Amino acid sequence: MFPKSDSELNRREFLSVMAASMAMAGLAGCAAAPPEKIVPYVRAPEDLLPGKPMFFATSMPTSGYGMGLIVESHEGRPIKIEGNPDHPASLGSTDPFAQASLLGLYDPDRAQIVAQSGRISTWDAFITALEDSLSGFESNRGDGLRILTETVVSPTLGGMLQQFLAKYPAARWHQYEPVNHDNSRGGAQLAFGKYVDTQYRFEDADLILSLDSDFLSWQPGHLAYARKFARRRKIAPGEKTMNRLYVVESSFTITGAMADHRFPVRSSEIAGLAKALADQSLSGEPSWLGQVVQDLAEHRGRSIVIAGETQPPEVHALAHLINDRLGNLDKTVFYTDPIETNPVDQTRSLGELVQEMAAGRVDTLAILGGNPVYSAPADFEFGQNLSRVPLRIHQSLYFDETAEQCHWHIPETHYLESWGDVRAWDGTTSIIQPLIVPLYQTRTLYEVVSAMLGNPSQSNYEIVRTNWQKRHPGQDFESFWAEAVRRGTVPDSQEKPLSIKPRTQIPPLGETVQSGEGLEILFRPDPTIFDGRWANNAWLQELPKPITKLTWDSAALMSAATAERLGAHDSDVIEINSQNRSLKAAVFVVPGHADRSITLTLGYGRYRSGRVGDGHGYNAYTLRTSSAPWIAPNAEVRKTGERYELVTTQQHHELNQRHIVRHATEDEYARSPAFAQEEEREPKPEESLYPPHENIDYAWGMAIDLSACIGCNACVVACQAENNVPVVGKGQVANGREMHWLRIDTYFQQGPSSLDVYFEPMLCQHCENAPCELVCPVEATSHSAEGLNEMTYNRCVGTRYCSNNCPYKVRRFNFFPYTEWNVPQFKLLYNPNVTVRSRGVMEKCTYCVQRINRARIEAKKEDRKIRDGEIVTACQAACPAEAIVFGNLKDSASLVSKRKAEPRNYGVLAELNTRPRTTYLAKLTNPNPDLVEKK
Amino acid sequence: MREETPETVYTPPIIGPGHNYRTLTEKISGIVLDRKAPIEWFLLFGVGFIGSVTLLFALIYLLARGVGIWGINIPVGWGFDIVNFVWWIGIGHAGTLISAILLLLHQAWRQSINRFAEAMTLFAVTCAGIFPMFHMGRPWFFYWLLPYPNTMGLWPQWRSPLVWDVFAVSTYLTISLVFWYIGLIPDLAAFRDRARNRYARAIYGIMSMGWRGAARHWHNYETLYVLLAGLATPLVLSVHTVVSFDFTVSIIPGWHSTMFPPYFVAGAIYSGFAMVLTLAIPLRKLYHLEDLITMRHIQNMAKLMLATGLIVGYSYIIEAFMAWYSANPLERYVMINRAAGPYHWLYWALILCNLVIPQALWSRRVRNNVVAIFFIALVVNVGMWLERFIIIVVSLSRDFLPSSWGMYYPTIWDWATFGGTIGLFIMLFFIFIRVLPMISIFEMKQIIDKPEVSIE
Repeated sequence: MFPKSDSELNRREFLSVMAASMAMAGLAGCAAAPPEKIVPYVRAPEDLLPGKPMFFATSMPTSGYGMGLIVESHEGRPIKIEGNPDHPASLGSTDPFAQASLLGLYDPDRAQIVAQSGRISTWDAFITALEDSLSGFESNRGDGLRILTETVVSPTLGGMLQQFLAKYPAARWHQYEPVNHDNSRGGAQLAFGKYVDTQYRFEDADLILSLDSDFLSWQPGHLAYARKFARRRKIAPGEKTMNRLYVVESSFTITGAMADHRFPVRSSEIAGLAKALADQSLSGEPSWLGQVVQDLAEHRGRSIVIAGETQPPEVHALAHLINDRLGNLDKTVFYTDPIETNPVDQTRSLGELVQEMAAGRVDTLAILGGNPVYSAPADFEFGQNLSRVPLRIHQSLYFDETAEQCHWHIPETHYLESWGDVRAWDGTTSIIQPLIVPLYQTRTLYEVVSAMLGNPSQSNYEIVRTNWQKRHPGQDFESFWAEAVRRGTVPDSQEKPLSIKPRTQIPPLGETVQSGEGLEILFRPDPTIFDGRWANNAWLQELPKPITKLTWDSAALMSAATAERLGAHDSDVIEINSQNRSLKAAVFVVPGHADRSITLTLGYGRYRSGRVGDGHGYNAYTLRTSSAPWIAPNAEVRKTGERYELVTTQQHHELNQRHIVRHATEDEYARSPAFAQEEEREPKPEESLYPPHENIDYAWGMAIDLSACIGCNACVVACQAENNVPVVGKGQVANGREMHWLRIDTYFQQGPSSLDVYFEPMLCQHCENAPCELVCPVEATSHSAEGLNEMTYNRCVGTRYCSNNCPYKVRRFNFFPYTEWNVPQFKLLYNPNVTVRSRGVMEKCTYCVQRINRARIEAKKEDRKIRDGEIVTACQAACPAEAIVFGNLKDSASLVSKRKAEPRNYGVLAELNTRPRTTYLAKLTNPNPDLVEKK
Repeated sequence: MREETPETVYTPPIIGPGHNYRTLTEKISGIVLDRKAPIEWFLLFGVGFIGSVTLLFALIYLLARGVGIWGINIPVGWGFDIVNFVWWIGIGHAGTLISAILLLLHQAWRQSINRFAEAMTLFAVTCAGIFPMFHMGRPWFFYWLLPYPNTMGLWPQWRSPLVWDVFAVSTYLTISLVFWYIGLIPDLAAFRDRARNRYARAIYGIMSMGWRGAARHWHNYETLYVLLAGLATPLVLSVHTVVSFDFTVSIIPGWHSTMFPPYFVAGAIYSGFAMVLTLAIPLRKLYHLEDLITMRHIQNMAKLMLATGLIVGYSYIIEAFMAWYSANPLERYVMINRAAGPYHWLYWALILCNLVIPQALWSRRVRNNVVAIFFIALVVNVGMWLERFIIIVVSLSRDFLPSSWGMYYPTIWDWATFGGTIGLFIMLFFIFIRVLPMISIFEMKQIIDKPEVSIE
């Protein structure tokens, strides 16, 4: 390349060398990313107007289930994810994962190029190696050829894998995910003799008994369930339509927080309770169980008994049986065929693969998705056994723990960059359409399987489209395809209910179900990083976990009594010995956790996740075995004397007799509908030195229903994504500098029968008498003509006086330049309609003023006023429980005005005469009077 | 000007015996013009210099990184920055009180301490001014707090106490500086006349603005000086009143209180006298000025400190009483949090420093013991700093919503900036006593009963 001697280059030579270098650089650029166009559009893409966002339907596949989404795209780059209202698994809302998956797309730590033994390689080189290997299997029909995938619910991918098995009959396809549905599958097997999926109609359930089920956050279909559950929590005074929720659980979940009665019971003892419930043999069981049984009996056909995935199959079978006896089948509970292409017991499936690997019978293993080296049960020793496989291929989004041990690593295309299809929990099929050209040299699972089938050059689009053409061969395919892509769902694709009945005899409880006397260890997916797949997602790492408010770490969660027994306090490191394995974890005390029970969350302790995820928390997988994936009995625990600093965003959870959260039971509400407004005196508008602000056309306001809020955090991440809210890191969170514009305050209060939990989303209240506005020396925060409390970043000098004087402490300050300005990928991420803030300025919730203005422009173009419901704030859009309503208070017919006219409406700290524009509807509960009086 | 004193009480004189015009001039100007600086001067100046360099470094680092280097957070948006600001501003008050109010009240004993007390005021206000400037997230836009015509068409937000602060503090600094300088002119002329070094003569000559000691000069001087004293007098009350508005105008429990203005002014004078004593006691020892700054001065200031300390103590008690009497749970919680919250030890240290220990000054034996008074003055300085910390930080750390409560811990940079301003103060003060008369020569002469000779 370069001349050998350093003798003078003549000009011609110099230019040729330079040209060659430039060409090489250009080529490399082409390969790594699509060439950036620096000329304006010569022929503009249809409908694309610079500055005007476009919206596309797609679907997010995660953990084997699809969630329909609408993605907002600005000049070809996706910048915000919303739920698809036409999709049954979303109904327009999202969960935190869907929101944060956008950051995953732009994550600079994603695997970007094909790697061979950790060195950069090419797709062609991989294809050569693959063909080389596959040619060896032609003779033995694929003996020794193994594929390991995550749960496959994509009809196209599933079909291709079955095609592959047909081509290589001796090959095997295994599926494994650490957070799988083996127990509910096993329960269905026990009850029905075959795999079925259970679906629930929460809208018709007056009474719900959850046996360790967190159906509001990680049950398949949880968003739809949350919506339907929450609708039954909002009532007018005197109405008797509110549902009642009993939750029996060990580790505190958001479902438990929504319960009218939550019974903290060790997870290992729940099976016994379920058995007693089914047998109606209540002697020796806690007294409340009798009341629950009676209540269930009074709600025949209108109740749901739901067992959690963490409970053994027997409990699921019992739940089916109880539901049948209560006449709930086909009313509130129904069954469908599994939506997966090939439902299997995943732990067993992986176990078989590991056995074969150990025996040396696996020659080529393709791990398509997943990270089994990190997440497989510890007793499988997957990593060690994997090294006996002569050819190991891995495909995933990140160059992770598994990739490190494989010969080939194929970077996976993010779902926002790829074509595909996926089914939701009810069977609804969606076409995944890309929002952007792949940022890196990545391939989809479809392309890799296609290559394994011998078609390495077939494009992702061709594969998916051809498959659908086969499934829908009619003349109208073009319009079918266009409509399916546009709407995000394939019509009439949901599974039909089966009419089956569970076997009537009660299965005996297996050995694994028996509870020991010692400490039980519970394994739970982490509320924000799930099974570890989101570990490198900074939005999710910094998202305060519901209930605990921990960020950036996992902890050993336990009750105060258990911690006291161990002599441990928060952040003390304990060593847990279970089934001859040990793990060190930091203690965190959670009120309401069952005693003699310790919850460990999965997903942390990563060492090869990326710059964000490495080195946080402990790896609970090292304790988790195939025989005890959720509950490990009889653990030995001792205090080590070490400390590991855990960081939370909220240190105080008591209400201190302050009327911040107002609540009543259904009966109290009927007797005294205005109970919330009577707790504090709200000053009259004229009780101020300054004249009131006049609003001409619009007066924006928000109402948040505390009865509906399930504390799921979707709004927090949605706000972060919409408003370019930066992430600050663990150290800064420790110092109280997190930047979330919207937080969910969580308060605990000992209620008459159990520990009550209150979630209160807290964001800028847009006070009419805003204390912040008064004290700003430079008028950087001021009142708009429509009642918004506006923050002018450019004018802010950063005295922080406004934050000091904010009684709600919702203002956030850029103590450092938190925004990452220099990461090229993040430049694509930011919402162009929201100013990116720099160091030294204050920021806070704007009521999504950019969305207000977008609606205003549309309204002005049509020479009309903004319609009610036209402006949906990011938090409101994400909320599965419809707890947040935003709109014009000048319009008495608007939904927000109606909500605010309800007697439950009150302003937090309104007694200070702040006149908050954000108000809250007091929380209602529906406890069983018999249980309350007993205590 | 002689005071009536009960015969049973021995009152020390305000000037030692044997002084005449010449000895006074020689003694005071000799410190600067004739004698070499003592080794202690170099040591203390060195300490101040190191502190100043630390301050410079801390501020440069602050500008480079952002205010995040400090321990402040949400909810505690103000930490050491504003604590130190209020503390330094308070210290300044004694100087103005001594020079202006005591002048108008014809308190002759002020003459020997007013000069360096005024210098202390200036330097304290200088140190104080650093904090509001650099506590801003974007200090380079500090001038947005000033009303100046600009293309943005924007003025400061007049309802904000921070804007009032800008005016209060800058007025205070201006008046104090002018007052101090006017008072220096006759002495600068004396220095000009006595200096042997050409350059010194020239500099003092320029600074003395042609003072010849003519009767007309004296007449103009006296008129201006009394007028300025009249201007400065309300400032003694107004500056800390306005500073207290930063808190009272807000709605934070523990800040929102009508008693803050008098409470803050009393506290300011309290801490000011403590600082004057902290400076005067070592100075008179170091420069053998016991005959000019006599026990009378020390005792008078100790008594003033005791009196203002009682007002401050009364305020503490009333604060607690009102919290209970208001029946407002938030106000009550403020007191509970101070006394029993995570910062309770600071509160009890404050009570010890500001309320308990200074009561020793009731004893005449203590008032005759300079070491004891020096110790009490130091304790009061610490106590007054703690008071500001408790008002600002402890109130912010636990306000309305328990969900947002949080702790504040100062970082190394908080300490470096605080220590740095103390260093700057020491350095400026020691430069002052090296180049200017630390005691007003001509005013001392006014209190000598029988002048022996005329001024040279």
